[in-house]
Amino acid sequence: MPESSERGSLTEAVYYILISLYQPMHGYGIMQTVGEWSRGRVILGAGTLYGALNTLLEKNWIQTVAVTGDSRKKEYVITELGKQQIEDELLRLEERLENGRRVTGGEMQ
Amino acid sequence: MKKIIHKAYWNPDKEQQWLNSLAAKGLALTDYSWMRYAFEETEPGKYIYEIEFLEKSRRSPESDLYLRFLEDAGVEVVATYMRWVYLRKKASDGPFAIYSDCESKIRYLKRIRNFWIGIIILEFFAGLLNVGLSIVYLFDKALKASIGYPWMNFIGGVLCTGIGIVFFFTLLLPIYLQIRKVRKEQALHD
Repeated sequence: MPESSERGSLTEAVYYILISLYQPMHGYGIMQTVGEWSRGRVILGAGTLYGALNTLLEKNWIQTVAVTGDSRKKEYVITELGKQQIEDELLRLEERLENGRRVTGGEMQ
Repeated sequence: MKKIIHKAYWNPDKEQQWLNSLAAKGLALTDYSWMRYAFEETEPGKYIYEIEFLEKSRRSPESDLYLRFLEDAGVEVVATYMRWVYLRKKASDGPFAIYSDCESKIRYLKRIRNFWIGIIILEFFAGLLNVGLSIVYLFDKALKASIGYPWMNFIGGVLCTGIGIVFFFTLLLPIYLQIRKVRKEQALHD
């Protein structure tokens, strides 16, 4: 069971940041990936992303990667704890989707 | 071609609008210092500008890390003035907003709100203190003869109080309204 404080659903920004970090990535990469995956619908502001990354680091849902080579940009990657959050979120999303589909009568027009 | 414009703004929202209207016409801000704006000529609409108020002092390591993160994320730090930073992004990279969800917008608005509250309290404190002093001087003949120019205190005090009142209505009140608006939005969306 997840802790009671973490039972609520994730914000869209946090959800997309976390799933983009199944691959190690730096800030700009996250913004690009999330923009692409959502077909330009979710455009993360740099300040919002910075705040979210720091919160996720504090919660140990993500961690920084030791960067090798000449890249000075910090890279982030999801942790096991973070993956657990995503798995919980997927269950919540499936439930939402199921109920929505059932009530509206299935396929979207 | 460089162009210098001297102008005073106390409202950063108005200042940002002005910078963006100039950028749309092909004048892009390259530097700012006290009431002095430096521009370069570019193709019209090349950049979008935003002014942000930093959480910590510009010289703090936290601000350094944050500004470096912005640069890495494709945001150019054009100038800094105290805790205010002038940022720009190429318009061809899409819309420019430093804060994109309700929660971070509210947190940012509260940061600015607290800054203005501090400034306004200072103005009122200085203002009322000076007005009070001048009144004491006027009624106490001995004091009036021995020290100071009570009228100077009076005028200065009224000015400071006036500035406090103007700031309250033009800077603080709009931020409260903005916070309320985002809170309502937050009840529906992220």
